[in-house]
Amino acid sequence: MTDPNKKQIILAAYVGGVNEHTLWEAPGAGSQIEFDTFRHVAQTAERGKFDYFFLAEGLAVRQHGDDFFDHDIVGRPDTLPVLASIAAVTEHIGLVGTINSTFNEPFELAREFASLDHLSGGRAGWNVVTSFDAFTGANFRKGGYLDRDQRYQRAEETVRTVKELWDSWPEDAIVADKASGTFIRDASVGAFEHHGQQFDISGRFTVPRSPQGRPVIVQAGVSPDGRNFAAANADLIFSPFRDREAAAAFHADINKRVVKWGRQRGDVKIVPSVNFVLADSTAEAREKEAEIRQQTFTPKTVRVLAEQIWNRDLSDFDLESEIPPVEPDLESGRFVNGRTYHTDRNTDVAQLREYSQAHGGLGLRDVFIATRGRSDFVGTPAEVAQALDDFVQEDASDGFVVGNSVVPSGLDEFVDSVVPLLQERGSLREDYDGTTLRSNLGIPVPERGSTTPAIYA
Amino acid sequence: MADHRIIVAAALDGAGWHPAAWREPSSQPDRLYSPDYWLDRVREAEEGGLDFVTFEDNFALQSSDRRGPDTATDEVRGRLDARLIASRVAPVTDHIGLIPVVNTTLTEPFHVSKAIATLDFTSSGRAGVQARVASRAEEYSHIGRHDAPTVDSSSSGPAELSVTEVGAKFEQAAEEVDAIRRLWDSWEDDAEIRDVATDRFIDADKLHTIDFEASTFSIRGPSITPRSPQGQPVVAALAHAGTPYRFAARATDLVFVTPTADNAAEILSAVRTAEAEVRREGDELKVIADLVVLLDASDSNGTEVGGADPNSTGPDESAAVRLERLDSLGRPLAEATEARIVVGSASEVADVVEELAAAGYDGVRLRPGVLTDDLPLIANQLAPELRDRGLTRSTYPQDASLRELVGLPAAPPSRYAGETGQNSPAPASAL
Repeated sequence: MTDPNKKQIILAAYVGGVNEHTLWEAPGAGSQIEFDTFRHVAQTAERGKFDYFFLAEGLAVRQHGDDFFDHDIVGRPDTLPVLASIAAVTEHIGLVGTINSTFNEPFELAREFASLDHLSGGRAGWNVVTSFDAFTGANFRKGGYLDRDQRYQRAEETVRTVKELWDSWPEDAIVADKASGTFIRDASVGAFEHHGQQFDISGRFTVPRSPQGRPVIVQAGVSPDGRNFAAANADLIFSPFRDREAAAAFHADINKRVVKWGRQRGDVKIVPSVNFVLADSTAEAREKEAEIRQQTFTPKTVRVLAEQIWNRDLSDFDLESEIPPVEPDLESGRFVNGRTYHTDRNTDVAQLREYSQAHGGLGLRDVFIATRGRSDFVGTPAEVAQALDDFVQEDASDGFVVGNSVVPSGLDEFVDSVVPLLQERGSLREDYDGTTLRSNLGIPVPERGSTTPAIYA
Repeated sequence: MADHRIIVAAALDGAGWHPAAWREPSSQPDRLYSPDYWLDRVREAEEGGLDFVTFEDNFALQSSDRRGPDTATDEVRGRLDARLIASRVAPVTDHIGLIPVVNTTLTEPFHVSKAIATLDFTSSGRAGVQARVASRAEEYSHIGRHDAPTVDSSSSGPAELSVTEVGAKFEQAAEEVDAIRRLWDSWEDDAEIRDVATDRFIDADKLHTIDFEASTFSIRGPSITPRSPQGQPVVAALAHAGTPYRFAARATDLVFVTPTADNAAEILSAVRTAEAEVRREGDELKVIADLVVLLDASDSNGTEVGGADPNSTGPDESAAVRLERLDSLGRPLAEATEARIVVGSASEVADVVEELAAAGYDGVRLRPGVLTDDLPLIANQLAPELRDRGLTRSTYPQDASLRELVGLPAAPPSRYAGETGQNSPAPASAL
């Protein structure tokens, strides 16, 4: 039974891929491209009453120097066609896809997500990301023309414009009265006009208002600009904060900003991406988790991760035994392409050296194994259920995006063993109560025509 | 008996191709945006053993005026993205090919390529794409930023693109389809190796940048999506004149044309001329005649089912009477379509199909006048009639891909197979 005094945990399922956290070598690892993989994860998540199935996007095969990545999973299907296909084999679960706002125009984004919302009966969500790199831009006619400091301006105007398009058809635009012969109420339905700094478009939108009116907007910014953007525009934040203290600080900060931008506390839900490892005993789970990290950091993975940090070729160094005694290259273009790098290279290298020195001169691989890729929730199903529940009840987040190192079967044990315990704790629904993603998430339905404040006036 | 088997397809759009189709008793105008409506239609076509269905799409809202938006309120308006409709029905259908219309002028080739490759995965090898050149000014004003063509001041309306500019867009379209096809080839079939011993998920030598330099754009590649079951999904286009025929001859596998009762041979020969002009290599274009059809609700012997009151509406009304009645409701069908209208019994329509086959056409794409009436009649009456005449196969071959259904060589090899070390250096990104 759901407990009215407890926050309900939002759960999303994430199909891993294209990073070292997914172990394609593991026994039971399935295809990363065949539809059965996506169907399995989505149906498993729906069995566990998850709120949504989440799919990321790929727009370029990553490169490392002049070579394509070959050690991690390479290749993905297109996000929205997969979600539309998943809609055919599920009934309730939300379908959220990442689509880059830099390489799509508002008209395309609005029609695609409104179409997905129709085709799924109101289950669509858009994870808005921005990109500005020439490497990805080379795959597109328009190229990577966007200045980095313009990306949130563009993202904000994109989201605003997309919402205008979604709102261009009134709910009652379609009359479809056979007797009188009136199909649409009047000849202006769908009319739109947007004359902004980024977009100058007008005409008539082609997709009638969808079941949710506005599909759910998901965003993942951590910079001050990103936080303001999300607080003003998003329904849900895909957060990188998995550590409880940092997550709670982020949760509090976002809710403060949400109120500042004229919305209600709790209007924007925050869900960090987390991994889990389950076993019958705590010790066994920890052992399993350590083993996953050993498997994760293959020599090649270590080298590519290191070269991403150092931004240079490190093939002359033995990363098993040392931390490369060279400084990162801060001058050249990116050595590893197709992957974002947010933090400061000098600081990252200094931290690795410090850790190595403090632990008897560990080699880089062992430092990675000790410090990176740790699973967040490790233990018995009861321990994991309690930890997840505490995390949410103590306002470190509103739920989780759950991934696993084994695709597609990794989610099965979570749904079989942890979900029932969360339901027993009264923190997870026994069945879907709403019909749309918005209603299942418990977020407000924005009125048609309502606007959000402009951050960039 | 005909001497060769032909392709039979259906074109799906809204409530059907008659502007008043949505007002028929069988029509479901409030369900035109619901997934089950589309699934029902595709399953009907599949029950009839059709080779494929196409899904219409356009970046401009439907209009009775070719030159721009209209003020009509009595016709269906609004559509869903065709790629996504096709994707929505893919996992819950089994045999039939799925060909969405995609605006290749205004959609990035990289996006088109991965969307159709993904449809090929979710449909297990039944994907195609009908490449559409954006020809209406509103399509450009909806997207913005693009090199919107200027408007031809000599044309009678405010928003029609000039012939020269449409010509340039067709030139560009051939390059866009070329880029899409190259991206489909940018992964060789067996690029994924999952070799644990060498810690390699892929054989990087089997991925290729395409480094495609077109006249107005360039695309590096490779695709993000691995090579799909068909390798090269089927590419089609609708064409009405020399310029689009040449585009089809350069870029597509199938071409939909609109012969009248009198010029079928002439149009076929114009397509063949276009193929010679562009020096097409490989397989000839499959030339498919578009027909708008309204069928009598009668059995295959032409006997009226359930009496023949010419004034009754409903399933026993003759197609000719039905057309007349629908035409009286608003814009008549003849003003709404450029394709030949064929009205009559299954046997009469089959005669037209057989004539086209005898004239050398590879098949027909039927545009049902009313989707909820004429598509079931196509499936239940016309299709068996065509089978009986030996024009079509009796059942779907096991696990046939769309390429196989339409008679194209299955699984063509990647054009890049065997090339190594051809990749361009990565363009530098800022730190």
